[in-house]
Amino acid sequence: MGHHIDALVAAAADDDVRLDGLEVTQSDDGYTLETPDSHHAGLSEDALRDALGDYDDYATNWYVWSTVVGESSPQRRAFLRWVEGAGKYAVPERYDALRDGIHHEWGQLRITATIDGHGERSYDLRHVDDADIDVDDLDPYHEPLAARQLATYDEKGRYRPLKTGANLAGGWVFPDLDGRDLVETVETFYPASVPNWFREREGTLDVEHWEDTIGRQTGMYSVIDTWNRGDGHEHVNWVAEACCDDSQCVKRREWEYDDETDLDVDGGDGVFPCREPCSLVIAASRKWTRLEGEETKTYEFELTPSEKQQVEDIIEAVADDRIDEIREADVYEGSNRYRTRFLRAKLFDEDGNLCGVPTEDE
Amino acid sequence: MQALVIVAHGSHLNPDSSTPTYDHADTIREVGAFDEVRTGFWKEEPSIREVLRTVEADEVYVVPLFISEGYFTEQVIPRELRLDGWDVADWDSDGLSASHVTLTADDVPEKTVHYCGPVGTHEAMTDVIVRRAESVTGDPNVGEGFGLAVVGHGTERNENSAKAIEYHANRIRDMDRFDEVQALYMDEDPEVDDVTDYFESEDIVVVPLFIADGFHTQEDIPEDMGLTDDYRDGYDIPTEVDGHRIWYAGAVGTEGLMADVVLERAADAGAEIGDALELVRERTRATPQAGD
Ligand code: SF4
Repeated sequence: MGHHIDALVAAAADDDVRLDGLEVTQSDDGYTLETPDSHHAGLSEDALRDALGDYDDYATNWYVWSTVVGESSPQRRAFLRWVEGAGKYAVPERYDALRDGIHHEWGQLRITATIDGHGERSYDLRHVDDADIDVDDLDPYHEPLAARQLATYDEKGRYRPLKTGANLAGGWVFPDLDGRDLVETVETFYPASVPNWFREREGTLDVEHWEDTIGRQTGMYSVIDTWNRGDGHEHVNWVAEACCDDSQCVKRREWEYDDETDLDVDGGDGVFPCREPCSLVIAASRKWTRLEGEETKTYEFELTPSEKQQVEDIIEAVADDRIDEIREADVYEGSNRYRTRFLRAKLFDEDGNLCGVPTEDE
Repeated sequence: MQALVIVAHGSHLNPDSSTPTYDHADTIREVGAFDEVRTGFWKEEPSIREVLRTVEADEVYVVPLFISEGYFTEQVIPRELRLDGWDVADWDSDGLSASHVTLTADDVPEKTVHYCGPVGTHEAMTDVIVRRAESVTGDPNVGEGFGLAVVGHGTERNENSAKAIEYHANRIRDMDRFDEVQALYMDEDPEVDDVTDYFESEDIVVVPLFIADGFHTQEDIPEDMGLTDDYRDGYDIPTEVDGHRIWYAGAVGTEGLMADVVLERAADAGAEIGDALELVRERTRATPQAGD
């Protein structure tokens, strides 16, 4: 070790070095080395080298950010600095915390940054629900692209059409990623999440609201435009409540109805933003545009109060994806399978019409 | 630095739709021709809208993994990429000859974007169809005694779709390798349903010119040709139909050699790819047979 100090001394010979509280400057009297609690002036190059030996954490910190991570990708750099709270905590505190491990959540991902004796960072990435599981009890992966497969299916083996859907399955770990691979892996789980988060921090996130996104659509999706009739945005509230709620999607919805009109539902608490309605929302909205074009009709059904309540229970259970939690014999639950089958046996005619009332006039 | 971005359709319903895109991206990544290889999708993520911001390099080659020129390559992709000053006339194409244009994109104004024509109309695609026939028969010299059918949608959805099918069928015919070559369509004559009517040869290799396996290639075409009554029961390769043996290859886009066409597109647009083409041709030679 020591090459980080050589590199720092070489850099200081060229230009002032300033990072995270460390300052090395040069004048006619020699080098000056400063940290928040120390000041050494008039140092020769050798004396600077010696002095830096006493501030090794500052020196490795400088080395990591200027040489290992570098500036080639501002968004990767910003993300990795955020992961360890750089800029927020002073180097000595931050290094202490890194020795124990600093945790951050990113959607359903949990990132733990740690440091070795040479200041080298390494990252453990796993599902948030697996925070307390011993690393040896999880399936280990080392290649960022392995995340592609892990992100494709949910816990029950069903295809996940939305990468940021709140249904990422766990059971795996990337135990020792370097910074570059950490960002690659995170970006494989949640594509474009880092660049969009970075743009938001820089104040340059290009949010595109519902009206603009819908207006851009052509072909089979151009019909969605007809759903906006200039009289309110209640329908878009429903879309956002159905799809973008934190229980469904880990992005924080930043798009609204239009420049001037916010939606009435909350955008959520996600760490990284959603800048425009996604393709899933567009595809669903095309269906809703058609369905919502229908006129209402009056139907007459006779239900007992418990039956009405049960219909509501079933809708709630499906909407909250709770079907699998309802125990087979739990007949106290309206959405229980036997209760539901009983309701069907009693109320449906042979064509599947509720209370024998046809959907369309005969 | 140069990056390759492969853009494709993707699906909300079918996880296999994006598989060929990822496979070809991986093949190209492994030969190291580009500093970065990224993928973007219409229906998956990153969206085509956001894919350019995931790229670090300043020279970006965008290759659409689509079969023909049309709505997606001319309208959707340029719009979603936010290509500045895009005008389809710049491609100066007869429906088959789009090569590339060089533009900037509003999303990443500091980068140069080389927007390429679709893979399906590149001449190298002809070799992929032949390679697909080799893969499905397990015979690197397949040809003699065999008929080959290239299958596409018809003109109903896209008038250029049939042009691409004809183009490759003609090129394969000119090779004089197969006894007979025929272009067939799903929604117009000559129809794939009647495949056996169009061939004398006992053995017929059927290669659908589609990017990914899905509803059309896995359900429609096998049932229409009479390989099976219900696609869920599967079918044999080959299957006997009306005294012919049908070697059904599934979507040509799943053939490993497709990576070669992606590279050719980028190279035509000026990407420096060294010996990547040879490496890819070599490495994709032993692709598994359909149904494996
Ligand atoms: S539009 Fe809604 S569901 Fe789609 S990614 Fe954004 S927040 Fe998530």
